[in-house]
Amino acid sequence: MNQPMNHAPLASGQTSPPAPLAPVDVIVLGASAGGVDAFLKILSALPASFTLPLVAVVHLPRDQPSLLVEVLGARAHLAVREAGDKDRLLPGLVIAPPDYHMLLDVDRGGRHLAGAQDVHLALSNDAPVSYSRPSIDVLFQSAAEVFGPRVAGVVLTGANDDGALGLQAIKAYGGLCAVQSPDEAPARAMPEAAIASAKPQLVAPLHDLIQWLLALDAQRAGDTEGTVVHER
Amino acid sequence: MSASDGQSGESVFDMELTLLLEAIFQRYHYDFRDYAKSSLRRRLRQAMERFGVSSLSVLQDRVLHDAHALPILLDYLTIQVSEMFRDPTHFLALRRDVLPILATYPSLKIWIAGCSTGEEFYSMAILLEEEGLLDRAIMYATDVNEEALRKAEAGVYALDRVAGFSESYAAAGGKGSLADWYTAAYNGVVFDRRLRRNVVFSDHSLATDGDFTESHLVLCRNVLIYFDRELQDRAIGLFEQSLVPRGFLALGSKENLRISSHAAAFDTFDMHERIYRKQS
Repeated sequence: MNQPMNHAPLASGQTSPPAPLAPVDVIVLGASAGGVDAFLKILSALPASFTLPLVAVVHLPRDQPSLLVEVLGARAHLAVREAGDKDRLLPGLVIAPPDYHMLLDVDRGGRHLAGAQDVHLALSNDAPVSYSRPSIDVLFQSAAEVFGPRVAGVVLTGANDDGALGLQAIKAYGGLCAVQSPDEAPARAMPEAAIASAKPQLVAPLHDLIQWLLALDAQRAGDTEGTVVHER
Repeated sequence: MSASDGQSGESVFDMELTLLLEAIFQRYHYDFRDYAKSSLRRRLRQAMERFGVSSLSVLQDRVLHDAHALPILLDYLTIQVSEMFRDPTHFLALRRDVLPILATYPSLKIWIAGCSTGEEFYSMAILLEEEGLLDRAIMYATDVNEEALRKAEAGVYALDRVAGFSESYAAAGGKGSLADWYTAAYNGVVFDRRLRRNVVFSDHSLATDGDFTESHLVLCRNVLIYFDRELQDRAIGLFEQSLVPRGFLALGSKENLRISSHAAAFDTFDMHERIYRKQS
């Protein structure tokens, strides 16, 4: 069942909002300019016990070997990996490889609106979307289709509008949406576009976004609805 | 965009997707039923816009009753946008490490599986010609999309793509200038027909057809990512059957044999470049 949740958009700059909580199975994140620093802050704050899979697109210059995994991994208490095609969705942070779109998909025979155990990562070589490959919109749209309401989407700093339509899709499927405060973001265009497009439940500085992520994970650990049954 | 319709069962969109693929298979024998759904959803949404239809059911009606709709739809289902010498280090590894081994054979058969509009074929043909092997080689370039095969055979590419191709050619160890291999034409460039002297372009489906030739090298890059696990496995099985003992399989940079039931039949030749070698 869908949990009732707080749908009221919060004004930019408002702090310590009543964080909207609902059971989610995955967190998808997107960032562009300034994104590496934002991820460093998030990762240094998340404990090794954090269980929700984090799936991220960070725009980087094409055709350069990505050092992102090394850079972020050095600061993280969680596993940080680059996505390979058909990789399982696991705890830790997985990052889209340069020059590929990354999508979520359900295994054959897996349940639609599946738990994370039936979901894998799928890469695509399709044309860039709004000049971006990987595209945040592509990842977020696929997450909404696969997880329905059980996904949280986070748009961070960036100088374009990638993520706006994807976050809107997550909202339309009943998921949770959060955006970094434009006032705090080194590049405010992407948060502003996402706010305008998706009317997120939470707009907050990184510090509060991190608290919210921790609350989502803690809630999941205490989730007694039986939706997170892992059969391994 | 329609929101999902409940917590259990497929979304209506996914049901329509499954039915559409089944219809295309029944009517035209093109089998996309085991393609990765994540990419199909995106592409078919784009196709719905192109056809101006509100649902995949309407699109299914169109494609069943109007044979002219099929080739248009096929482009959405099959076209892989590729580049010449994509991932230059991969082609550098083929040139430096694989071709010297293949040069020991008196004749060579090379299968480019899922060649789409031909970028990978011309990359390979130039590589072989520069290494003095093209005259000894027979190349098979296959795809399910006949329109794409026609484009591959024509070898004409838009001018604005050529700068990128040239850069990658150089990074892949090109011995001259890419311009040695094309001439300007039709607001684009056309590749030297001599590069095509030993190639057969052929309609072949990794989903429904069997292996058709013995090969020493199979190049299949960024094709398997569009397949689900089971179809990936089928395709890799075909490559295994096709390859001679100690033959090479070259995949895309994020593809691997890890989840394949045929993995044990291959050794890793170059992990970073995803080049594998069939065991003897």
